[in-house]
Amino acid sequence: MSGLIVDDISMTFELPDGGSVEALKNVSIDIKEGELISVLGPSGCGKTTLLNILAGFLAPTGGKITLNEHEVTGPSSERGMVFQQGALFEWMNVSKNIGFGPKMKGTPQSDIDARVNELLGIVGLQDFAQKMIYELSGGMQQRVALARCLANDPDVVLMDEPLGALDALTREKMQSLVLDIWKKTGKTIILITHSVEEALLLGERLIVMAPRPGRIHKEYRLPFAEIGVGADLREVKQHKDFGKTRDEILNMIWDMEEEIMGRTETA
Amino acid sequence: MAQELFDALITTFWMIIGIAVIFALFLAISGIVYFVWNLISSKRNQMRGYGSLKTVTFGDESSVTANRVASVAGVITVFLIWGIATGSSLLPFSLPKPYTGLAQFEYTAVNAAGETGKGQVAVKVFEFGSEDSKAPEAPADGATAFVANDSVALPERRRKIVRVQRNDEGSKEDGYKITEINGQPIAPGGSVAFEAGEVAMLTSGSLQVRPEEGLTMEALYLPPPEQVWKRFVQLNAEGYQGVGLWENVMWSLIRVVLGFFLGCLFGIPLGFAMGLNSWLRGWFDPIVEFMRPVPPLALIPLVIIWFGIGEQGKISLLFLAALWIMIIGARAGVSGVNISKVHAAYSLGATKRQLLSKVILPNSLPEIFTAARVAMGVCWGTVVAAELVAAEKGAGKMIIAASKFQLTDIVLIGIIIIGVIGFGIDVLMRMAENKLVPWKGRG
Repeated sequence: MSGLIVDDISMTFELPDGGSVEALKNVSIDIKEGELISVLGPSGCGKTTLLNILAGFLAPTGGKITLNEHEVTGPSSERGMVFQQGALFEWMNVSKNIGFGPKMKGTPQSDIDARVNELLGIVGLQDFAQKMIYELSGGMQQRVALARCLANDPDVVLMDEPLGALDALTREKMQSLVLDIWKKTGKTIILITHSVEEALLLGERLIVMAPRPGRIHKEYRLPFAEIGVGADLREVKQHKDFGKTRDEILNMIWDMEEEIMGRTETA
Repeated sequence: MAQELFDALITTFWMIIGIAVIFALFLAISGIVYFVWNLISSKRNQMRGYGSLKTVTFGDESSVTANRVASVAGVITVFLIWGIATGSSLLPFSLPKPYTGLAQFEYTAVNAAGETGKGQVAVKVFEFGSEDSKAPEAPADGATAFVANDSVALPERRRKIVRVQRNDEGSKEDGYKITEINGQPIAPGGSVAFEAGEVAMLTSGSLQVRPEEGLTMEALYLPPPEQVWKRFVQLNAEGYQGVGLWENVMWSLIRVVLGFFLGCLFGIPLGFAMGLNSWLRGWFDPIVEFMRPVPPLALIPLVIIWFGIGEQGKISLLFLAALWIMIIGARAGVSGVNISKVHAAYSLGATKRQLLSKVILPNSLPEIFTAARVAMGVCWGTVVAAELVAAEKGAGKMIIAASKFQLTDIVLIGIIIIGVIGFGIDVLMRMAENKLVPWKGRG
């Protein structure tokens, strides 16, 4: 069966002082091809760990990941990743950054150029192809990161708080862009965020994780992503269920945070 | 030991006083120039609006930048002080200069028989280093009784005994003595002023001419600017001790470039290896960590013992000066790669080899450049020091050789050139850095 299967993943980190932290415990998710999934949770709930395991940067201490019936054993270009910041190659211009993946695979230069041009159009950076990374604003840099990830035509796009460092306005535009890309390319996208609104907007499925040990707390199926494609995201936020769900999740996370604080105090 | 330490502390104390006085003077001049400049430029430069609220920083923009008027005025002031203190002929004014020229005084002597006689003494004070150092003709007349006229020549700032009695009749007899100078009585230990300074009588009864010393510095300590310039022109044309001025400088530069090149050639790959492989890092770590804090200057004696004072010794020394810096720079560059760049490259399908050549290597360039700048500076300092110790050619060799003949002007020229080249090297390295790693510090 195709799709991404997270099967009973556990991750325990050994600490230098001899103790250990259970970052993830028995996490299972079944992700179909083309799904847009957002993962939300308080800090320390293991969402970044989960993403790193999906990307193959970390090997889980228990369970396994299967993508299109192949077990994931390490990083690969079939699972592209968009990082929060600082992952672009400053010594290359925008085009070369975007073309990095195909070039590593030995794709002919003419094909790379065509692909880069197409992606520059998708992310709206046609006029910036020859600019160096440090000449771009934060939002533009994340567009480059997005395009670079898509250049390899990955099956799954993993996003690790890619919009976290952007200002509110840029962020909104980027959220629309992510939705557009999802619709246009039909990629499976897994997005980690600490913003509840973003999780609601960019998730057909929203997974709320709880900390200590990191686990899946609750899962939602939401209509907002589908509504939001090509629409004004501010209007989506006016949707009658949007505010209700947001408050519900906010309370949930708030309680988790309280619980953590309380626990640390008594400990 | 305790006494020496005490002396050192006392010296330090006086140095603090001296340095404070010099700084205060320099600052006072700065204050005056600032006041004058403000008068001239009136309100033009006054900051208005938000600018006037600036303290040290305003937002992320530093509001304190160098005032270039002050820079120029500061440099001019340094040259002015130099000129004034050395009595430069370029300036219409200076500190009182030492006396030079012709003067005359009269002495009165009493002989054994109790007679008195007067004699004239011509005094010539000539400029230091002047060709014309012959004693002048003794005055033709004015001598009375048993006394004969005399003459003496001496360089500026020096003292000289004049044996005026030498040609007086009966001066060997008891009772002969000099009693007056220019009509004023004089006794052993005393002195009488005359136009060129003073005439003193030593305890032995001999006369000593002491011309006015002035307050300007002697060229031996600090030659005036025009003398340095003249020497510079001469050095340019003739060189020093058979080696051209620029030949000396070129040789220093060649050594630096070769030593630095060798240091990079071995240091950068070694640094990469240490950054990427834990065995190699462990293997080389103790050596690198030990050698890094050893000042290259401390290696000069060993290098001379091993390689002699020829080029091999110099280049080896500079190699060792650059090597550790380059190793550490390359190592830091490799270790400092942002983990998300590595992850990104892997998830974009890069192999380990591609990661190394396409990501880790270019990513380390800024660090390597920083190290190269430091290494160049250290190499330049080291080569001069090594040449001071022993060399056949080179900027350092030139100034140490000149200092042995007290040619302070050549020493000054050497120091200025060494400074200018050191500065030039840094400017060039910074330009190269901006050109080659423009993303540095903007990641």
